[in-house]
Parts: sequence; structure tokens; C-alpha cells
Amino acid sequence: MQPFSYTSAADISSATQLAAADPAARYLAGGTTLVDLMKLEVERPTQLIDITGLPLAGVAALSDGTLRIGAMVRNADLAHNELVRTRYPVLTQALLAGASGQLRNMATTGGNLLQRTRCPYFRDTATPCNKRAPGSGCSAIGGYNRMHAVLGTSESCIATHASDMAVALVALDATVRVLGRGGGGERVILVEELHRLPEDQPERETVLEAGDLITAVDVPPLAFAARSLYLKVRDRASFAFALASAAVALDVAGGTVRDARVALGGVGTKPWRSREAEAALRGRPASRESYREAARAALANAVPRTHNAFKIELAQRTLVRALMRLEGR
Amino acid sequence: MTSVMSHAGTVDVELRVNAGSRRLALDPRTTLLDALREHLGLTGAKKGCDHGQCGACTVHVDGKRMLACLTLAVAVQGRSITTIEGLARGGGDALHPMQQAFLDHDGFQCGYCTPGQIMSAVALLREPCGPNDDDVRECMSGNLCRCGAYPNIVVAIQEVRVSEGAE
Repeated sequence: MQPFSYTSAADISSATQLAAADPAARYLAGGTTLVDLMKLEVERPTQLIDITGLPLAGVAALSDGTLRIGAMVRNADLAHNELVRTRYPVLTQALLAGASGQLRNMATTGGNLLQRTRCPYFRDTATPCNKRAPGSGCSAIGGYNRMHAVLGTSESCIATHASDMAVALVALDATVRVLGRGGGGERVILVEELHRLPEDQPERETVLEAGDLITAVDVPPLAFAARSLYLKVRDRASFAFALASAAVALDVAGGTVRDARVALGGVGTKPWRSREAEAALRGRPASRESYREAARAALANAVPRTHNAFKIELAQRTLVRALMRLEGR
Repeated sequence: MTSVMSHAGTVDVELRVNAGSRRLALDPRTTLLDALREHLGLTGAKKGCDHGQCGACTVHVDGKRMLACLTLAVAVQGRSITTIEGLARGGGDALHPMQQAFLDHDGFQCGYCTPGQIMSAVALLREPCGPNDDDVRECMSGNLCRCGAYPNIVVAIQEVRVSEGAE
């Protein structure tokens, strides 16, 4: 691990000022990604700004029905929050499908969104990786890529975004509140637009800039999300990253889908909202046939690599099963 | 609060471990696991993968189970840390019921993962884990046992869960 200085931020404005003044600084929250990657020397910050003491650990229902989740709320606490459990079961299920009990006690809401990919080549400084060392090449495209993405990839990078929580949040139209350098007003960014596609700059993973601090995640009201579901398919029953996952919510009346929310995990270079699947579901009968059509639409643009073509079929079946389960069938 | 680096590249860190308090001069890179093992002589928490994947280093921070290998010691100053050495009730020789249950049910073979298993299991009693064996397996999935003592670990935890009236 490279040497660094450590500062516990006294307040939000001093945290953002410190971070904005030092491009090699990193915020330290739960540490479950950052400390891991510092040991591997994939992350080499010269300064850590500990933000766990900032007053960002509350969950509050706003008067307009929005649920405001502080960026420092731990994943375990958020999963078991009564408002989340009842209003957005898909979010509780996604959180509990991720990591382990210990990691969920450590990981924060903001940190979960900004976790780095688990691509083994990204984590191994002995191999080329465009995300870690821009311009060095992608080892995964010609290498072992069974766990890699089939949606949103480029010829520079096919790394999967590993978060389960973020998949539920993009399905729910959640936004992040971001404070920039030296204060100023808070910006509001859709979680769906927080992460960038890799394109030819996979090292730029989000639209955030140096010093930006996520202070909260807002989840807007969505009545039919009370019946929502997260289904994760993985190599073992627990504590494994998704091969494919689906976050779904359905508004069904008289056997017809009035509205739908669909997002996929384990297959995209970012948390993958599928508006194609949603459009294919709207106005159609709530039936297996409609779900299959939606699943085909969701994966229509998938690009398989040597070892991950199975994900295209698996993701479709995962989505169909999630929608069937949601309808109690 | 700002931690000031000394000339030697260390910071003064005060750790509250097992009801005691210790001042240490640590390199900021020191994990809680290394602080416990190398600086405080508390070798109960084990270093398995050192990357948060095996659970052998599980300790309690303010009563919650966490991974000491991914925690920087400097970041948990002032928080209450409990290791397997501090688990026995009353600080005496009497084993915690979970320790006794692991003995009674042979919940281990080589024993390397056992401190982490027990610390995880004790914290689990305070978490909203379901009542079934499968619930316990899910809640314990962050603790690997390469000997494969899982069946007896589940039996041990279930015995304590029932006798302690956990959630």
C-alpha cells in the first residue's frame, strides 16, 4: 500500500475543499472497495478524507413522498429500514443480495454507487487495463471474460458494474445529490446518468469531478413499487457477484400491464435500465409471452465475447422469472 | 478533527479494545487487523484472504460485525471494538454460549476460521436473520470454512439462537 495522510473531515464543506484541492485524494467511507484496492495498489491516493463522521447517516421521508437516504447510511441499515422494506422491496432485496453481512455493515449508500468493477484484470496491476492504465489495452476482451458485460461495452472495456443496489435504484428513478468543490448549490443527478458508458474513456466511470461528494440518494414516490422484486442469479447461493440480475416493478390492472420498471445487473458496464423492456411491457397482457418479448428487447443489442454469451440467454430468463414471480406465478 | 503526522510518519491512535484503551503510534496504512495482531498481541482475529472475502478477521465495532482487514485502525478511534478475546462474559474464563456451542457441536476442524465464525454468529443474534437453517446459512455466508464444518456450525448457532431467544 502506498503511503497517505489521513484526515477525518470535521464538516461537509471542509471535506469538499480538501478533496477539490488534491486530485490524488479520496474520500474514505466504508472502505470495502477502497482499502481493498489500495492493498492491490490499484488505488494509490496520497490523502484519505474520512467522511464517515459527517451528518449524512439518516433516512427521511420528505413531505412530497420522496425518501431521502443519507450517503453514509450503511447498506445493512438501509436494507432493514421499514420505509424501504414497505415502499421499495426491490431495494431491500437488492441490498441483501449483495456482499456479506459484515460488508453490508460497513458499506455505505454513496460508496456502494461508486464501487469499482471486480474485473480481475482491473485488480491485477501486472496486466494491461484501459480503466486502470488508460491506453494500455483491455486484457478481458481477448482473455477470460465469463463474468464480463454484454451491454454497454466498447472495444476499450467490457467490465461489469457489480452493484446490486444501484440496479434497484436506477429502476426506481433515484437521484443523487452532489456537493461540488467549495460548496455552492447541490446538483441533482439521476443514478441512471451518474455512471458513464466506457466508450473510449473507461477510466472515467461517473460524471462526478474531483471534490464532488454524494450527500444523499433520493428515491421518488412510486406507488406500484410496493410490489417490486430483485432476482439475482449467481454461481453460488450467497456472497457472489451476479451473473445476471433483474430489478422489476409492475403496475398491472385487469390483466394488462399499465406501467413497468426494469433494470438489469451483472450484464452491463453500468447499472442497466431497460426502457426497451418497459416499452415492450406497457399496454400488453401480463403474461409469460409478453415478458419473453420484453426480455428479448432488453438484450437485443447485447454483444457476446468468448466466454459470456450464456449471459444473453440467462439474463432474459432471469428477467422473465422475476416478472413471473412478481405476478405470483 | 485532523490527525497530524509525526516526523516518523506515524499517527497517534487510541483504540478501545475489549473494554480497555490503548494508545499506539501507527502508520496510517495499518489495518485494524494488523493493529490487533501485531501491535496489541490479540491474535484471535485471523488473517485469511486480507481482502474481505473470507471473514476470518471478523470483529465487532460498536456491536456490529465488521471486517478488520478492510478497516483502517486510524478510522475506528473512539469506537468500541470487541475481539474473540473479549467475548467471554464478564471478562472472566466463562465461555460465551456461542463458544461453548461450537465446542459442544464440533463446529470446527482446524480452527483457523473459528474466531471469525463465532464473532459473526454472536453478532447475528442481534440482526434480523430469519429462523431457519437456510436463513442462518445466508447470514453466515461471509465466513468461509475450508474444512467444511458448516453443518455443525449451523447446529451450534441454532442452539444458541433458540436458548437466547434471538429475533
